[in-house]
Amino acid sequence: MPIPTPFHARTGAICESHEWRNWSGYLAASLYEPTHEREYYAIRNAAALIDVSPLYKYEISGPEAERLVNRIFTRDFSRCAVGQVRYTPWCDDDGKVIDDGTVARLEQNKFRVTAAEANLAWFQDCGYGMAVHVQDVTAELAALALQGPNARLILEPILQEVELKELKYYCFAEGSIRGIPLTISRTGYTGDLGYELWVSPRHALDLWDLLIERGVDFGITPAGILALDIARIEAGMIMNQVDYISSRKALIEEQKSSPFEIGLGWAVDLEKEDFVGRRALIEERRRGSAWRLVGLEVDWNDLEAVFRRWDLTPQVAGRASRSAVPIYRGNRQIGQMTSHTFSPWLKRYIGIGMARSREVREGDAVSVEVTVEYQRLRANAKIVRLPFINLPRKRA
Amino acid sequence: MPVKYDVIVIGGGHNGLTAAAYLARAGLKTLVLERRHVLGGASVTEEIFPGFKFSVFSYVVSLLRPEIIRDLNLPLHGLTILPLESTLTPLPNGDYLYRGADHYESYRNIARFSPRDADAYEDYGRMMYFMAKAVKYILGIIPPDPASLHPADLNGLLNLARRFLGLEREQFYTLMRLMTMSSADFLQRWFESEPLLGTLSASGVIGTFLGPRSPGSAYVLLHHYMGEIDGVFRSWGFAKGGTGGIASAIASAARSFGAEIRLNSSVSRVLTRNGSATGVVLESGEEFSAKVVVSSLDPQQTFMKLIDPTLLPEEIVEALRLYVYRGSSGKVNLALDAAPKFACWPGQGPHLRGAISISPGVDYIEHAYDEAKYGRFSSRPYIDIVIPSMIDPDMAPPGKHVMSCFVQYAPYELADGDWDQQREAFGDAVINTLSEYIPNLKDILLYRQVLTPLDIERITGLTQGNIFQGELSLSQLFFLRPAPGLAKYRTPVRGYYQCGSAAYPGGGLSGATGRLAALQILRNEFGRRDKT
Ligand SMILES: Cc1cc2nc3c(=O)[nH]c(=O)nc-3n(C[C@H](O)[C@H](O)[C@H](O)COP(=O)(O)OP(=O)(O)OC[C@H]3O[C@@H](n4cnc5c(N)ncnc54)[C@H](O)[C@@H]3O)c2cc1C
Repeated sequence: MPIPTPFHARTGAICESHEWRNWSGYLAASLYEPTHEREYYAIRNAAALIDVSPLYKYEISGPEAERLVNRIFTRDFSRCAVGQVRYTPWCDDDGKVIDDGTVARLEQNKFRVTAAEANLAWFQDCGYGMAVHVQDVTAELAALALQGPNARLILEPILQEVELKELKYYCFAEGSIRGIPLTISRTGYTGDLGYELWVSPRHALDLWDLLIERGVDFGITPAGILALDIARIEAGMIMNQVDYISSRKALIEEQKSSPFEIGLGWAVDLEKEDFVGRRALIEERRRGSAWRLVGLEVDWNDLEAVFRRWDLTPQVAGRASRSAVPIYRGNRQIGQMTSHTFSPWLKRYIGIGMARSREVREGDAVSVEVTVEYQRLRANAKIVRLPFINLPRKRA
Repeated sequence: MPVKYDVIVIGGGHNGLTAAAYLARAGLKTLVLERRHVLGGASVTEEIFPGFKFSVFSYVVSLLRPEIIRDLNLPLHGLTILPLESTLTPLPNGDYLYRGADHYESYRNIARFSPRDADAYEDYGRMMYFMAKAVKYILGIIPPDPASLHPADLNGLLNLARRFLGLEREQFYTLMRLMTMSSADFLQRWFESEPLLGTLSASGVIGTFLGPRSPGSAYVLLHHYMGEIDGVFRSWGFAKGGTGGIASAIASAARSFGAEIRLNSSVSRVLTRNGSATGVVLESGEEFSAKVVVSSLDPQQTFMKLIDPTLLPEEIVEALRLYVYRGSSGKVNLALDAAPKFACWPGQGPHLRGAISISPGVDYIEHAYDEAKYGRFSSRPYIDIVIPSMIDPDMAPPGKHVMSCFVQYAPYELADGDWDQQREAFGDAVINTLSEYIPNLKDILLYRQVLTPLDIERITGLTQGNIFQGELSLSQLFFLRPAPGLAKYRTPVRGYYQCGSAAYPGGGLSGATGRLAALQILRNEFGRRDKT
């Protein structure tokens, strides 16, 4: 049975939909209101408050912390200063991705990692014999994401000890709100202007109340996972166990992916000294990767034409779908669209998927499977560059 | 020698801008001339009172074409359409009718007044979906050469639609009723409770000089369902930044394709030589030449003022002379120091994020209409309210609000006095009516902007302040709009086109006329097919 997060006394009270999801063993609201539309728009229009406490969180500390971090993750942390955060995948020895997440350098010898899945044993094993300590701090840190164009306006006047305007994209700082100590990072999973707040569970409810009170005139709106899922697809952000399968969970080789294949090649620093998977990744770089991450945009006119055969207008779900559908070139299946959604903002049907790298280039015409009246058909689609939404304010 | 443009667009409302964006996107050298110092026309946001942004005229969006949003990449130019969640009908006795996003909640609410109505509500919605589909189809099959058409052909058209659409017999009769009945009579076939009848029938009179019991008003109901047939696209929404957000996004897209936009440039005449348009001259005397001129203004200005009507065939001039405008609506925009408290539902809640309709019953609206028939504004008008700052916090300073009130009836022609004398009395009638439902209104009122039909005409140029560029009555619909022979974009003057909302497929913030006119210009005059 999933357990409540530290915010549950508040989220439970306002969850009119009574629709919850099991997120890493915690109760996470799918949506609070009867429909998730307003929660989605809060992300793009005002500010959404999202309980992200279920994320796995680890601290890696000790004299050899940097060495271990550099060994586990594919990015070079010798160039990550205290106060910075890096998004990075990590791999097994074969260069296949285990998970992806953020790593914050809290101190010279202390890092905090977020992960989608449990990784304690893996991190500890990687540090075997090193002067480091790896600790699971998931239950010790409650986390809230405040995402949307008004996020800064809401926080600025109440946040102490931090100059919010100075807090750059992918940086964090220690501060407090009305005496509640917290860590604030300029990060998020929405592709919008936003922050994540990390706080002791003791203060969780007070923090929630303060933010709601302060944010009400700025359109603050608690948002659930459904809204977040649409926003992250628009932002072109992948999800472990949805868009790729962790190599620790894969049952067969074919299910595994390298960072190059899931669009994270930019986060692999082959120059740095040895790290887990490096040799395999150098080899893959030389040989080329079999798969690549693609963005897809379904041709709405064609979708209309497909539905018109039944005298229907396109009936697409208002929710993002995590059930993969095949991508075709001609009659050949060349990949799968793993996350897809109607983007309410772009008025386009978009998706993220994996395709055989030799078969696709940006701008290519392909088709994807759609089901109309129980029949499997195809609608034209185009391979497009990710992300679908790239807002200047995301980094501003 | 002045620069020669491929196309000059007269009017920087959303239709003119849409036309310009499509033309520029196709590589044409395009110039937009706007009379005012701001773009948008009837879709404009202005900070009339410091810190408070008003959607001065139009206030909600339903029909903005999704293909325009995609083709012009409007989200990247700042367009966000936010959902409008619900409709609240506050009642004089302190009760209310609320219809929101949750189907069953709406059902329960309607059932409090009539369990039968609650049941019929869904059937009604379904039926209107089929009707909207049928009418969309009829609109689509209007032959481009309307010379062959005559009002008597309406029956023939309906027959055609029936055959092609496979409408069932009963649906076909419903369509006939819809085209001819009053909205009240039509709705009474489904419903019996006054708050629901009043509120639904109100959407049959918006923008028209008709009462809920006037034949022909039923057809206008359909306009509110047209958006539904696009499936996932919501029918009603609110543009971030107010309705001016739509015009500014389209303008930004147009500029990105290379269109040139000039403000403070009022066109006084379209220049012609040998029956062809050659350019325009501004009131300042400045001249611009172009291969094609397209006007987004209403028919009165497009055909009677900007060109010499003798260039037009006599029967068209005659039809245009008889074309009815008859503005009937006013607009009152309020700046509020705090959130309004409704007597029926105090405190904040989802009801403040939707439409709020002062329409407690059919009689109420019909009474309001009675006064207008005799040249007086309604002392207790029908009012359609939205509070944009509840949806988009940027519209007002934190904790403060803007409230948009669309008011009927306000006849353009007053029996006594003129609108410059009556403006404040009209404003008072609106505030007094609202105060019956919002007891704290007068305490929180910081500023009011009262717009009479005369003001609408003066500011936007819409003749008689008619919001649809001409009355939406049966005699002026479809191929009869604005006159037989002018229903589409071409005019009898070569190189002169119209793209205003009097042309097919009509008014509202849809952009459709701008887009379709542009595509036709590209095809007819430049031998191009647009990519889309
Ligand atoms: C009070 C009111 C409320 C409304 N509410 C809604 C609503 O809620 N939802 C909805 O969908 N629709 C609504 N409408 C209708 C909608 O606003 C119009 O159908 C739409 O804005 C028309 O756009 P347009 O571009 O065709 O014309 P306009 O917006 O009228 O644009 C014409 C432009 O031409 C300019 N112009 C005029 N004369 C000249 C000249 N001589 N030279 C140069 N430029 C000139 C004007 O300044 C204006 O900018 C409303 C209209 C009004 C008036």
